[in-house]
Amino acid sequence: MKDKHIGDNRPVTDKERRAFLKLGLKITGVVAGGTMLSTVSLLTDRARADELNLRWYEPSKYKPHYCMVIRQNLCVDCERCMDACVKTNNVPAYGYRTTIMEKRIEVSPGRFSVIFRPVLCNQCMDPPCVRVCPTMATHKDPKTGIVIMDSKKCIGCKTCMAACPYNARYFNEEKRAVDKCNFCFDTRLSKGEKLTACAEACPAKVRVFGDLTERESEVYQLIHQTEKTVWVLRPETGAKPNIFYLNV
Amino acid sequence: MQNNLSVSGLADPAFAKPSVNLTTMLVLLLTAVGLGTGLYAFIVGHHHVYAVTREVPWGILISTYAFFAITSTGLCILAAISHAFGGTAFAPLANRSVYLSIVTIMSAFSVIGMELVSPWRMLIYNVISPNLGSNIWWMGTLYGLAVGCMAIEFLAILTARWGIAVAIGVLGALAEVGANTNLGAVFATLAARPFWYGAQLPVFFLCSSVMSGAAAIIIFTHLAYKIRGEKMSEEVFRAVQSAGKVLVLTLFLIGVATVWKLISFRTGGSELGLLAFDNLLKGPLSINFWVIETAIGLVIPILILVFSRLKSLGIMFAASIMALAGGFFQRYDLVVAGQQVPVFYGWDDLPSYLGYSPSMGEIMVVLGGIGLTLTGFLLGERFFGKVFTQTGHH
Repeated sequence: MKDKHIGDNRPVTDKERRAFLKLGLKITGVVAGGTMLSTVSLLTDRARADELNLRWYEPSKYKPHYCMVIRQNLCVDCERCMDACVKTNNVPAYGYRTTIMEKRIEVSPGRFSVIFRPVLCNQCMDPPCVRVCPTMATHKDPKTGIVIMDSKKCIGCKTCMAACPYNARYFNEEKRAVDKCNFCFDTRLSKGEKLTACAEACPAKVRVFGDLTERESEVYQLIHQTEKTVWVLRPETGAKPNIFYLNV
Repeated sequence: MQNNLSVSGLADPAFAKPSVNLTTMLVLLLTAVGLGTGLYAFIVGHHHVYAVTREVPWGILISTYAFFAITSTGLCILAAISHAFGGTAFAPLANRSVYLSIVTIMSAFSVIGMELVSPWRMLIYNVISPNLGSNIWWMGTLYGLAVGCMAIEFLAILTARWGIAVAIGVLGALAEVGANTNLGAVFATLAARPFWYGAQLPVFFLCSSVMSGAAAIIIFTHLAYKIRGEKMSEEVFRAVQSAGKVLVLTLFLIGVATVWKLISFRTGGSELGLLAFDNLLKGPLSINFWVIETAIGLVIPILILVFSRLKSLGIMFAASIMALAGGFFQRYDLVVAGQQVPVFYGWDDLPSYLGYSPSMGEIMVVLGGIGLTLTGFLLGERFFGKVFTQTGHH
């Protein structure tokens, strides 16, 4: 069978082929200024999101139902969120409640880009750490759903650390207990603040914090918009996290 | 049958000789130094003494605890089956098994007690703030119940109250089985760790417990007679052979389980799980896996037991030592391999396998646990030796 161009039987000319390739380059962003990474990510994320049912937070038994949306590709790894967390929650130098991971990826042959991913406790709906704790030292706050620690009950078995899919826990020697992010529950939210320290400190507004039960909230709007794909980390563990990711 | 034996009447003078006294003092010293290292960790902080990290929070102390707890379960099960059903060839070993089951679970408790950062909080909050969904809670509670049952059972054996001994012994064995499978489930229900996750581990632990129990009773029975300088009676030798049969069977089953686990990881599933298994096959744990777990712990014992047709006490003893050493490394490799693959593999240029090797402090605590078992064995033979040669009420 002969080569055919759609619509007629005329062979494709070199000029047309070049024009087509140029259009392709524009679409993928190589010519237009290096946005290929986000375009590729968007397509990949969309495919992934089709497979995921993220709406495990509806209907919620928590009010407010705190969550965080991380606009990943806005992160430039300035680490102000980490500093703010350390200062606000008195996190020792040997531990962390939140960090920023990085990965170098090849966006096209020979061209590389570095992506940053802030991570913290995912405040899961079905937290493995809570299920395994023998003394309920770690538990979900019945009002907000935040996974919190009652340090005096922690026996130091570290099962929660082994169970956490997100490496979100460390052992705090001074407290003789495991420590973790609690959305600044004791240090800010309970004192009337509306944002976590990390969300407030982020200059690029990577971390958007809010109440998922408020339909007007930014977090609800971000998660429920249709233009961008939203994903979560390690969905296969069944933990049903409350930290959502998207690229803007 | 005599009903009120005095404890002094149960003592075995053959074990009061100077060489045994010296050995007892040495293993007691090992216990004191080893567990003393654990106590030292409470004072200076566990992180200064132990090598576990944020990413690998469980190390050799958890695996050693599992090793002793699993061995205890096996000893308890073998004794309970013999006591409950009676007439089994294993009967002459049953009383010693009950005693050693108590000794090994106390070793397990000692090691985990040094591993937990605040064990005293467990005593309080396991009671007033229990989490019934937690396998750790069930494991601790059921092992506690089991040790209580076995203590009563052993007391009943000492005083020849066989009815109580059998009833409480069966209850104790059921508690041990529950505790043991919960120990397996501690790992098996963690979806974050694909190497552990799945239905296999609880049954695998139960099978390992019977294997370890059989190996332990062969070793300690042989040592008991060796130290006394006595020859085993035909009846006791047949009991050891009976344990040898159990050992061959369970070693074979562990081999089968290991092969199918390997194949299942190779037929799809999680990349993290496959990476973890590759840690055993060709990674940092490969010498442990191939040389100690597989060759020394499974293949050689099976071969020498089968080819010797269980007729040689020396070969059964050697096979049991190898099987128990293999079992120790099986626990270690299982615990460590499950954590060494980073949960965010692919990010931060993390290596495929995060580092962990036991610190000197951890090894000392392990030796303390081993020392406690050896001390318990020697003291048991000395003070209750006569009971161990009884075949119970059958």
